Formats: sequence, C-alpha cells, structure tokens
Amino acid sequence: MSALTDDLPLLTVDRLGKNYGSRIGCRDVSFELYAGEVLAVVGESGSGKSTLLSLLSTQLQPTAGAIRYRMRDGSVRDVFELSQAERRFLMRTDWGFVHQDAAQGLRMAVSAGANVGERLMAVGDRHYGNIRHAALDWLGRVEIEADRIDDAPRSFSGGMRQRLQIARNLVTNPRLVFMDEPTGGLDVSVQARLLDLLRGLVADLGLSVIIVTHDLAVARLLSHRIMVMRQGRVIETGLTDQVLDDPREPYTQLLVSSVLQV
Amino acid sequence: MTTLHPGYNFAYLDEQTKRMIRRAILKAVAIPGYQVPFASREMPMPYGWGTGGVQVTAAILGEGDVLKVIDQGSDDTTNAVSIRKFFEKTAGVETTTETARATVIQTRHRIPETALQEGQTIVYQVPIPEPLRFLEPRETETRTMHGLEEYGLMHVKLYEDIATHGHIATTYAYPVKVNGRYLMDPSPTPKFDNPKMDMSPALQLFGAGREKRIYAIPPYTKVVSLDFEDHPFEVNKFDKPCALCAAEGVYLDEVILDDAGGRMFVCSDTDYCETRRAEGHRGEMLGEAPAFVSREPAE
Ligand SMILES: [Zn+2]
Repeated sequence: MSALTDDLPLLTVDRLGKNYGSRIGCRDVSFELYAGEVLAVVGESGSGKSTLLSLLSTQLQPTAGAIRYRMRDGSVRDVFELSQAERRFLMRTDWGFVHQDAAQGLRMAVSAGANVGERLMAVGDRHYGNIRHAALDWLGRVEIEADRIDDAPRSFSGGMRQRLQIARNLVTNPRLVFMDEPTGGLDVSVQARLLDLLRGLVADLGLSVIIVTHDLAVARLLSHRIMVMRQGRVIETGLTDQVLDDPREPYTQLLVSSVLQV
Repeated sequence: MTTLHPGYNFAYLDEQTKRMIRRAILKAVAIPGYQVPFASREMPMPYGWGTGGVQVTAAILGEGDVLKVIDQGSDDTTNAVSIRKFFEKTAGVETTTETARATVIQTRHRIPETALQEGQTIVYQVPIPEPLRFLEPRETETRTMHGLEEYGLMHVKLYEDIATHGHIATTYAYPVKVNGRYLMDPSPTPKFDNPKMDMSPALQLFGAGREKRIYAIPPYTKVVSLDFEDHPFEVNKFDKPCALCAAEGVYLDEVILDDAGGRMFVCSDTDYCETRRAEGHRGEMLGEAPAFVSREPAE
C-alpha cells in the first residue's frame, strides 16, 4: 500500500518540543512524512500526542525545533515563519483537520452544502452552480444522500457529521490531513463504516495523513507507519504491522497486549 | 455660539467628546469601510433610536447646517421627529424635509430618492455593524478576517439564501465591499439603495451606538454589492409606479387600506412623493387614497 511517488518529504519535523513552564508537553520529536503516507501517533492520554498534533497543525507554538512543509509550488517553508495570512490560507486549502467532535469542525447552523462549499468560497469561487455541484459530488463520496444537502448538520447522526466534516476538508484537495481521534465516541458499527470510507479516500486521493489515536485497531487499519509516544517522547517508531506484531519496547508490548487482545 | 438651552453644549455633546468622535470619523474616512471603535456615550434616548447616528451627527453639526432626519424614508415618524426636535433644541440648527436643501441627513433605513450632491453628508444609524456576525460570533475572529481580507464566509450566507429561497433573499443590510477592500454592512438600508452608495458625491457616515463603531464611505468611493456570477446582485423591482405620484424606479412601501385586502404601493420617501405631487404628477390612486396615506384631505 504505497503511493510514495515523490522523493522529497512533504513534511519534515525536526526536534520539535513544547514545554508548558517546567512541564513537558512533548520533546525532541523528529520524523519525515512523504506524500501518500499515513502516520499514526498512538499513546495513552497524557503521552503528548495531542500536544504534538496541535504543534504540527500550527495551533500551538513550539518551544523548540522546526516544521518544514513542501508547499504546492515546491518551495519548502518553515510553517512557523509563514505570515498569519499564508498559514490560514494553507490550513484551508492544502491542509485539512478532522476533529473528534464534529461540532468543532463544522458550522452547525448552516447547511451541509454550505459546510462543504465554504472552503471553495474562501478561495474565491463565486459560481453558485459550481459550488453546489462540488458539494453534491463530495456528499456522494462520503455517502451522504444528495437530498440532505440543504439540511444543517444538527439533524445528522454522529457518523454523518463526521463524514460531512471529512467532505468539508477534502473539497479543496488538500495534500495533508490531520485527524484527531476521528472515530472516537462513535458506535462500533459506525466506526467500522467510517474507517472503511477513510481508508478508501486516503488511498484514492493519495493523501498524507497524521492521525492521532489511542485505538491501535484504528492505527492498524489506516496507517503505514506508527509512532508510539510516552511521557512526551517518541519511544518506538516503524512500519505499523511490524510495530504492532513485534513491538520492541516493553511499553509498546504492554499497549499492544492490552488493546489488541480484547 | 447660540445656546438655545442653557446647560447643554451645542448639539448636546461636550466638545471633548465631539473631538473624540471626529477623530474616529477622520480615521473611518481614511480607511473606507473599516469599523473604527469609539467611546460611545449615553444619549438621552434609547439605543434602538439610533444613538450612534445621533452622536455622529452631533459631532459634525455646525451652526450653518440644515438637518433632515428620516426613518423608513419618512420625515414624520416618531423617531425622525424626536431626533429632529432634539437637534433643534440642542443645536438650534435649521431643519428641513427637503433633501436638496439639507447639508446633513440622518437616516435609519433609506437613502433619499433625490440624488445626493457634493457637500452633503448622510449619517446612517446602524444597529449591528459587523456583517460577519451572522456566521462568526467571535469578534477576535471577525477582526482577523477583516485584517486578512478573508471574506469567503459572507458568501456562505448568500449561498444559504439561494439554497433556501432559490435566489439571494437578503433584502436589507445587504453586504458590500468598499473601495475594493473592506466588507461592510450598510445598516438596515434596503438593498434597493445599495447602488446609490456607489460613487456617491456625498460623504456617508455610519454610527453604531451600542456596538461603539463608526465607519465611512468617502465621496466617490466604489461600493460593490456581493453576489455570485450565476446569481448577480439585483435591486428590488416594483411592478407598478407609485400610486400617488406615478414615480417609477423608486422604492415603494405597501400600504394596507382595509380589511378586504385593499392595498396600494407608494413612495417610501414621503418628501420625494409630496414634492412630485406638488409638481403635478398624479398616480392612479391619488385622490382616492385615505388621508393617512396621502396626508392630504381626500377629494
Ligand atoms: Zn410617490
């Protein structure tokens, strides 16, 4: 399952760290992410994986290290040296962010169609018919019935909201999508359907994804590589199947045995 | 200085407050469409009565000015009358209902039908100055959006309009872009009047009292109403001319005449309508309309 078409990394994370006063959020995190690659960041709560995600998506300012991103024009930029306008533009075009709580990622009071169309309008699309057409297309791709296009997500089930949030992010063809426990809080059958959908979309679109999860089953199903975090540090990293089938670190062994052998 | 009511400063506000408001106005004129915060004062009237506009008018009014006040196009509503009386009392300025004679026009909704001229100033009373508020309640975020000219969200609202109604149903407070830069809410003005804001020879000032904001459109500034390529901006069209003065291409109000469904459409700009009638223009219901509509004894 490789779509590693480009030879340069899309994202380069270099000794990234974040301290909250004397407390360590995360420390000395380095990795490279290539186009089409799915990286799962796993760990228990408090492991630093959420801090890391906030740093990577530029919602938090790091206290150490750098993040370099290869922009659509091929230039490599330190994301924390982008202007606010450039960063916001990047976040609503070439990046996506799927929140665990769909209400955080959606505008609950406006229709599904407008939720999907917002990014297009933000980048200057001024043709209603085209926006509507793109919204319908994306609703279809995330398996939401066309006749729900004018309904607000308030009336949607949890699984539908999450699928709508995914469509809203993907409409601008981002190359990198961050996901924060995207299946968290959903029923098991709903989770399975969402994971299948995500897996298909990621493969079809050649997306790069950084997914934070405490659920190793999610990591196994979606990711090529995995990073295990504990106490703010990366303690083990490697191909997902290798790490989950044959973990080297005692802590990872513990995680795997407690979660996967249920 | 004429002090009609001892105890009040000219135009009610003290000179220091007026200077503060004038500074905000100057900044607003320098950055067309940008909302300038100002330290809004308590006025001896409720907020809903346009205290923002009243403060702007008080700050710019001079002894030689001639003031016109309208509400829904009419000089005679309680709101218009009481604001006019307020300035007659506190500033002693001449007042008028005639658009062409006024140097300062304060309005709640309409822009007069008689085209404004150089040297005139129109002051709008604004309830909610932030056009993005509808979808983004966080002020820190809307400020950033203005700063970075990120206005896609305004089109989300227009999209919703079309999705719900089949066309852009926003008829009042229709968003505009000023001077190619700032998104602006033209107050509760009907969109019919938006084209009058574009390249107007008059100075346009907007005051929001409760929200403590002033903004402006200097004379001869480009004002564009937002729209979609396939749903272009259109002004309200009326099927018939004014029933009293036969004016066409003006904004009409519907007036219910009786319980039996009788109704008529007449100019919302009452001064314009009366002037036309005095000039001899006759609409099809002139003479039949009850006095409360025509404000003339029925023949
Ligand atoms: Zn008329």
